[in-house]
Amino acid sequence: MVTKVLMEALSPTMEEGKLLTWLKKEGDQVSNGDVLAEVETDKAVMELQARGAGVLRRIVAAEGATVEVGSVVGIIADAGEELPDLPQAGAPRARPTADKAAAAGPAAATPAAPPPAAAPAPAPAGGGRIKASPLARRMASERGLDLSRLAGSGPGGRIVKRDVEEGAAAPAPTAAAATGGFEDVELSQIRKTIARRLVASLGPIPHFFLTTEVDMERAAIAREELNALEAGPRISFNDIILKVVAQALVQHRACNAWWMDDRIRYFDDVHLSMAVAVEDGLITPVIRNAHRKSLREIATESRALAERARERRLTPEEYTGGTFSVSNLGMFDIDQFTAVINPPEAGIIAVGSIVERPVLVDGELEARRRMRLTMSCDHRVIDGATGAQFLQTVKRMLENPLAMVW
Amino acid sequence: MPIITYRDALNEALREEMERDPDVFLMGEEVGVYQGAYKVSRGLLEAFGERRVIDTPIAELGFAGVGVGAAMVGLRPVIEFMTWNFALLAIDQVVNSAAKMSYMSGGQIRMPIVFRGPGGAALQLAAQHSQAFESWYAHIPGLKVVAPATPYDAKGLLKTAIRDNNPVVFLEGEMLYNTKGEVPEEEYTIPIGHADVKREGGDVTLVCHSKTVAIALKAADRLAEELQVSAEVLDLRSIRPLDVEAIVASVEKTNRCVIVEEGWPFCGVGAQVVDEIQREAFDALDAPVLRVTGEDVPMPYNKNLERAAKPNPDKVIAAVRRVAYLD
Repeated sequence: MVTKVLMEALSPTMEEGKLLTWLKKEGDQVSNGDVLAEVETDKAVMELQARGAGVLRRIVAAEGATVEVGSVVGIIADAGEELPDLPQAGAPRARPTADKAAAAGPAAATPAAPPPAAAPAPAPAGGGRIKASPLARRMASERGLDLSRLAGSGPGGRIVKRDVEEGAAAPAPTAAAATGGFEDVELSQIRKTIARRLVASLGPIPHFFLTTEVDMERAAIAREELNALEAGPRISFNDIILKVVAQALVQHRACNAWWMDDRIRYFDDVHLSMAVAVEDGLITPVIRNAHRKSLREIATESRALAERARERRLTPEEYTGGTFSVSNLGMFDIDQFTAVINPPEAGIIAVGSIVERPVLVDGELEARRRMRLTMSCDHRVIDGATGAQFLQTVKRMLENPLAMVW
Repeated sequence: MPIITYRDALNEALREEMERDPDVFLMGEEVGVYQGAYKVSRGLLEAFGERRVIDTPIAELGFAGVGVGAAMVGLRPVIEFMTWNFALLAIDQVVNSAAKMSYMSGGQIRMPIVFRGPGGAALQLAAQHSQAFESWYAHIPGLKVVAPATPYDAKGLLKTAIRDNNPVVFLEGEMLYNTKGEVPEEEYTIPIGHADVKREGGDVTLVCHSKTVAIALKAADRLAEELQVSAEVLDLRSIRPLDVEAIVASVEKTNRCVIVEEGWPFCGVGAQVVDEIQREAFDALDAPVLRVTGEDVPMPYNKNLERAAKPNPDKVIAAVRRVAYLD
C-alpha cells in the first residue's frame, strides 16, 4: 500500500515545518510509528513518524526544506509498487508572505501575548481537502468548530463523529489537556448576557486590569536566607511569585478557569503557564500541579522549562493545558505592564520590576523594595471584585512569605 | 399468545383468507393431496375441496399463466412455487403479464394475485436451488415484493397480500418454516411497505429482511456483549415498496448502517437501500454504508464453501467494526 508521508502539524499552531534531518534513507524498511525525520516546528524540534509500513521509497522534501503542513515529504510503499505522481520536491503551495508578517506583527508588539495554548493541531490534510464524514461536517458547522483544527481518527485521517465530539469537549486533542478534576458550570442567563455584551464592546476577550503594589521586603529577606542555605537551586523572585500565585489560586478557584464559549470550566488543580521569552517570540511552558509543589521544586522546574524553551525543545504537552499565567518583565526594568490573556485561560498576572521606593511605614518615611502586579482578567469569567480578592490574597502572601508554607 | 411455526402461520393466513373470500384459491405443485412440499397447505384440500386447492403438473409457466388469467376475470389466486428457483420458468407470466396488466389496460384489469414460495438458500441444495431473487422482482414496476422473517409477520403480510389488488411476490424461506414465534389468535393484518424495528439500538443500523433478520439479531447480541456497540435491527419486511422513512429515521439516529442480505451484491436490495440513504440521510452519515451479502459466486455445494458464501454474524460484526471505526 502506498502511504504518503505528510508534513504533520506537530504543534498546535504549526503551519509549516523545516525538515532538519532524515533518520531513514530511501530504500529503508519502515514500520508504522518509526521515526522518519526530525522537523523543526514553530516551537520545537519534533519527530515525524511513519503512518504506514513498507519501504521508504522516496524522499520528496530534502533536508533543510521548509514545507507547509499537509504537503508530501516522502512516500512509503511496498518494494516494486507503482508510485503515484508526486508534487515537486520543496515546492509547497505558495502562500502570500504578507500573511505571515501580519500574523507576527501584533504578537511581537504585545508584551506578553503567549501563543494560544489550546489551538488543536490541524488534521494532516492531503492535497488541502479535509476528509470528514458528512455527519462530522454537519456537527462541526453546528458547533462552530473549524474542521481544519481537528485531527481525524478515521481511515486516511477522515474526521468522524467522535473527533468532533472530542474536539468540542477538549480544545487540544493533540496537546495535553489540563489534568485533574474540574467542574463545568453551565452559563446562567446573566453570565451569557455579560459575555455577549462585553465581547461586543471590547473585542474577542474583554480584558480588564487590576494593579496592586506589593511590599517585597520580607520576600526579599526570605529569598536571601533561602539562597544562603547551600542545598538546592537558587530561588528567584519569579519562583516565589509562581508559588504564591499557585497557592492563591487554590483559594480563588473562580480565577483558575477556562472560558469555553458555552461554559466555564473551573479547575481543581493549578497548572501555571509562565511566559518565557525566546528568540523571535515567546512561549508559555506549564508547571503542572504547581499548587502541590514546593518552592524548590518550582525553582528547579521553571529553570528547566525555560532552558528547554530557549532551546526550542519543548513538547506540546509542556506548553499547553495551563489554567492561569504569569508573565514577568521585571528584569527589563518595567515598572508595570498589562499582559494579554492566554485563552482559554481567564487571567494572567504581569510582574513588574522590584524597585526601592520611599514609603510611609507607621508614619515614618522608609526605603522599601516594592513591586507592581497587574492582573488581566477575562470579564466573561472573572468579575472585578473576584479578581481583586484574588490579587489581594497574592499581595498578602507575598508580604508575608510564611504563607507559602501555610 | 400462542407460539406457532412460520409454516403454520402461513397456513392460518391461507385458511382464514379462503374462509373469508370464496374467490381465493390455491394452486401449485403438490399443494393438495401431498399438502405442500413444505406442508404449508396442510389440511386445506380437505377443508376447501379440489376446486379451490388445485394440484398442477410440473409446469410453472403454465399454472402461473392460469393464475394470471383467473385474476384477470376477478378471482384471487395464490400461486405456490415449490421454490423460487423453479419460478424462473414462470417469470414471463410474472413480469410480462401480471406486472403489466393493470398498466396496459389503463387500470381496467386488476391483478389480485399472490405468487409465493421459499427463496434463498437452504442447506447444500447447490447452485441452481439456492438463489435469492428479491432484487429481480423488486426491479419491476408493477410488482410488490414481500419477505417476512417471523411467523407473526408472515401471517399478517400474507393476508394483506391476498387482499391486495396488485400482484404480490411473497418470498418465504425453507429454513424459516420451522422457526417459531408468537402469533395472536385474533385476526390482524400488516400493511405492505412498513419496516419493523426488531431491536432498538443507537450505534449502528442493521438493515435486513427474511433470513438475515436472525443473523442481524445474533450479531447485535454479540456486538452488545463483545464490543458494547448497540445495534438497531431494522427488518424491511417489504422490499417494494421500500420503507425509506424508517430507514432514514434509524440512520439519523445511529449515523452508521450495515445492510445484510442473502442475495448477491451486484444490484442487490442493499444497493437500493444505500442509494436511498446517501440521498435522504447524507448529512447523518458518519461512515460509508457497508453491505454484507451472499458472496458473488454461484452457491457452492460443498458444505464448508457454502457456509463461507452465506452471510453470517461474523461478517456482520466485521462490517460494523469498520463503520464504527473500531478497527
